[in-house]
Amino acid sequence: MISMKSLALAAAGLVLATGMSYAQSTEIRIGVALEPPALDPTAGAAEAIDVVVYQNIFEGLVRIDETGAVQPGLASAWTISDDGLTYRFTLVEGATFHDGTAFDAEDVKFTFDRLLAEDSVNAQKALYTPIETVTVIDPQTVEIALSRQDGLFLFNLGRGDAVIVAPESADNNANDPIGTGPFAFVQWDRGSRVILEQYGPYWGEKPALTKATYVFIGDTATMTSALLAGDIDGTNNFAPEALAVFEGNPQFKVLVGSTEGETILATNNAKAPFDKLVVRKAMAHAINRTDIIEGATYGYGVPIGTHFAPHNPDYLDLTNTYPYDPEAAKALLAEAGFPDGFSATLKLPPLTYARLSGQIIASEFSKIGIKLELINMDWAPWLEDVFANKDFDLTIISHVEPFDIGIYANPDYYFGYDNPEVQALNETLNATTDEAQRKVLVQQIQTIIAEDAVNGYLFELAQTGVWNAKLEGMWQNAPIEGVVLRGIHWTE
Amino acid sequence: MNWQRISAHPSLMIGLVATIIFAVLGLVSLVWTPYPIGDISIARRFMGPDMAHLLGTDHLGRDLLSLIMSGTLVSFTVGTAAVAIGIGVGVPMGLAAAMWGGPVEWVVLRISDLAFAFPSVVIAILIATLVGPGATNAVVAIGIFNIPVFARVARGGALALSSLDYLGAARLAGMGRAEIALRHLLPNIMSLIIVQGTIQLSLGILAEAGLSYIGLGTQPPATSLGLMLRDAQSLFLIHPWLSLLPGLAIVLIVVALNIAGDGLRDALDPRLRRQEVA
Amino acid sequence: MIVYILKRLFGFAVTLLIAAVVIFVLLDLLPGDPARFILGINASADALAALRLQMGLDTPALLRFSNWILGMLQGDFGMSHTQRQPVAKLILDRMAVTMPLAIIAMVVSMAVGLPLGILAARHRGKPLDTGLMVLSQAGVAVPNFWFGMLLTLLFAVTLRWLPPGGFTPWHEDGWLAMRGLILPGLALALPQAAILARVMRTALVDVAGQDYIRTARAKGMTFGEAIWRHGLRNALLPVLTILGLQFAYLIAGTIIVENVFYLPGLGRLISTAIFERDLVLVRSATIVLVLAVSVTMLLVDLAYAMVDPRLRERRP
Repeated sequence: MISMKSLALAAAGLVLATGMSYAQSTEIRIGVALEPPALDPTAGAAEAIDVVVYQNIFEGLVRIDETGAVQPGLASAWTISDDGLTYRFTLVEGATFHDGTAFDAEDVKFTFDRLLAEDSVNAQKALYTPIETVTVIDPQTVEIALSRQDGLFLFNLGRGDAVIVAPESADNNANDPIGTGPFAFVQWDRGSRVILEQYGPYWGEKPALTKATYVFIGDTATMTSALLAGDIDGTNNFAPEALAVFEGNPQFKVLVGSTEGETILATNNAKAPFDKLVVRKAMAHAINRTDIIEGATYGYGVPIGTHFAPHNPDYLDLTNTYPYDPEAAKALLAEAGFPDGFSATLKLPPLTYARLSGQIIASEFSKIGIKLELINMDWAPWLEDVFANKDFDLTIISHVEPFDIGIYANPDYYFGYDNPEVQALNETLNATTDEAQRKVLVQQIQTIIAEDAVNGYLFELAQTGVWNAKLEGMWQNAPIEGVVLRGIHWTE
Repeated sequence: MNWQRISAHPSLMIGLVATIIFAVLGLVSLVWTPYPIGDISIARRFMGPDMAHLLGTDHLGRDLLSLIMSGTLVSFTVGTAAVAIGIGVGVPMGLAAAMWGGPVEWVVLRISDLAFAFPSVVIAILIATLVGPGATNAVVAIGIFNIPVFARVARGGALALSSLDYLGAARLAGMGRAEIALRHLLPNIMSLIIVQGTIQLSLGILAEAGLSYIGLGTQPPATSLGLMLRDAQSLFLIHPWLSLLPGLAIVLIVVALNIAGDGLRDALDPRLRRQEVA
Repeated sequence: MIVYILKRLFGFAVTLLIAAVVIFVLLDLLPGDPARFILGINASADALAALRLQMGLDTPALLRFSNWILGMLQGDFGMSHTQRQPVAKLILDRMAVTMPLAIIAMVVSMAVGLPLGILAARHRGKPLDTGLMVLSQAGVAVPNFWFGMLLTLLFAVTLRWLPPGGFTPWHEDGWLAMRGLILPGLALALPQAAILARVMRTALVDVAGQDYIRTARAKGMTFGEAIWRHGLRNALLPVLTILGLQFAYLIAGTIIVENVFYLPGLGRLISTAIFERDLVLVRSATIVLVLAVSVTMLLVDLAYAMVDPRLRERRP
């Protein structure tokens, strides 16, 4: 006769066994090329920070979804006053920070006061300067008053720089991030990995994953081996040159999506001979986008004719403004007074696609007589020389901020473009909230900066993710920096 | 050193001949390569060996034979320049330490310890961060590491000789220490220096490859064997030929240099010939 | 003897001090603003100024230098700017990877190199000797990052015997941690084993030619016995020197292998810190590296002097 006890034990064993096999397929190991220096997204600009924490550990009043649209986050609903200057947010109930403290309107006020303070070290502080006051109406309601209309205000609230933090824990978020998100920080083995675990008392819908480990692997060949050996389950952005290894392989799926990264040949408009429109037009005619995309991104980049993302509905295809035409380029150079071309430097930051593009462009330009000297630099000297001191002729960089066409309205920006018409248009655009009107304005700006050939518009970076074929729910596109774990799950 | 002695050592012959072949290949690239190495042609990427490109093309459509020739030259140049630094600074230091002894020797030994203690990769990173990456930095970083090596060799060799009678006689005759070092010690430790030179050259080529791997050595559009290896590393599973080619080249050159060095040591140093007798 | 040790220790201290000055001056000269690096391209001037103040970047150099030295003597290595953690803790964590890795590589290279060297010497002049020496030439010539990649492809991807890289902390899973160091250890050990084999062989052959060995053999001992009882001590001297140099090289040279196998070691800590302009971290981590290497060399010299008293006066 089988005793109750042994039955119970057997049942327990069965549950344990299935429980264990269930637990196996709710964990994920994600490879990431760059390790963040710290984990507070409100105190640093590195994309790597958002990759680990955005929408996983931290949340904002709103969140950006995979299509780039604004969705409710810690604010379940909001109203906007008629003059567009006052936003009233209704907050969710029962949300808690990972250390147990409750979330309420006071935390929202704290977050924005901290962001806008004199000694704030928030990398995107400039985006939030329209905020004048943040008022706590009651624990579930908060009101933000703006000094002027801001068409991007809600989107900006969804960025990693504006996630809600708590006064009790904000100071130590760099090492021990405490947020309200569906995943809580467990540990960070520096140089190695970060571990997150599902946060039981999460206020919203529970994610399918119970544990996520971000493993930092800087070297492409090593990442390839790690994926093939099954040491990691996937990576959101894999180097395009080695994608062929995984493309035909049924054990993996390759997700090719768009990002907000416009890769440009930034030109110092304030320095001769680049201050002449004719010279810039000549350079534009000398650029063969097809070769650059093929050679630097292995065909995964998308050509752009202006500083705007092609997947955006407001995008205008201006790639034929100055089509590839070396003869026309040479003629224009002669017209500008450089029949034999000229010499210039091309400073390149430590990005593979930038350095490869640089070599290709140098080869293309040499055919029309422009001799480029390639100077490879690290980030720190690049930020110092090119970005801060504007000591450069040409450089190649990708601007990954969403909706950053406004940089063309800043005459002090590193490429020194000063066009009052664009500045006026941009100011109007910022204050406009009507979608149709915004489209008209932004397309006008796109056209002007394309015709002025301010920079060489090369391509939009693609996001090329490699994942275990049994995983679903990863974001194919990257409308904002981050690897959102929320929807990811294993299928068996 | 005469021809008979060289030909009596087959390893020396093989090593020298192989080294000379590579060196010539590199030198020719100064005046001619099948294609200019800056010639990028995306349409002709990843082609295998064919009539137009004897060794195929790389990820930018550049001719691999031209790259190998030019890369060999750069690798050799970096290694040789670094050895020159090591000899130029290290040998006088070592001789001075042996001849003058006392505080001079103490200072030389401290500088040696210092140079040994600093990891050459860290020096390379620091220099690259100060003045930007490039082949010159590789030369300096590797050269700094060569200095104590040659100082030790020179000092050791000089010490072994300094007890010889004719040197004592020279001192008695009133010869200055510097003169003795120059006229008597230097020629006699030459063979040691040359042997060590070939070894350090091979190590320098390997070190350049390592520095290029982390992006601190030669920069494009120039090329070196190490840089070719780095560019091809992530493509290894798709286009293995791209990394096997420079890898084999490095191995062959380094082996050739080391065999030549060993052979030189055997041929030049009479003491070691005893091996064959015992 | 005591005098020698004291003199040597004094020299060691002087070397360290000069190294500290050199490191400090070099880092001070580094271009690039750490605050700008941390906050990125859109940071406002206020935010940059606030961070610079936080990081204490604008105090005079001499003050920063003496604070650093005094702090280190008391065990306080400062606070990392970018990682907001005590530098001492960061370095210790990384040493827990680099040291065992260097030791594993050392042990493997000795276990493989020394016996092969003895074997070659035993059969000197014969095909086995030539073959082994050719192999050792090739072993030295292979770039270790290349070899590491090949090892990974074979043992991790194809055979799945070992992990392709990464490191689990010792306290979490000691066995897994050990397994993570095997492939990188092998990659490091190959050229070292090759060098050891050659040095061992040359040393033994040198000794074998000595008169006292011939006498021993004339007395009836076999080659092995003669070497073992009379020659080994002398043969070991050059080997000992090489071992010391190799260990020093290993500690310092792991950075490339750490990259290939994504190990959180000391080499990668330093290179990342330099790229991020985390000056406090670079300073202290580099001086620790210099310290480790210098201590090894010191021990080698002292051991050398103890083994051969003649050498205490003038070292060859």
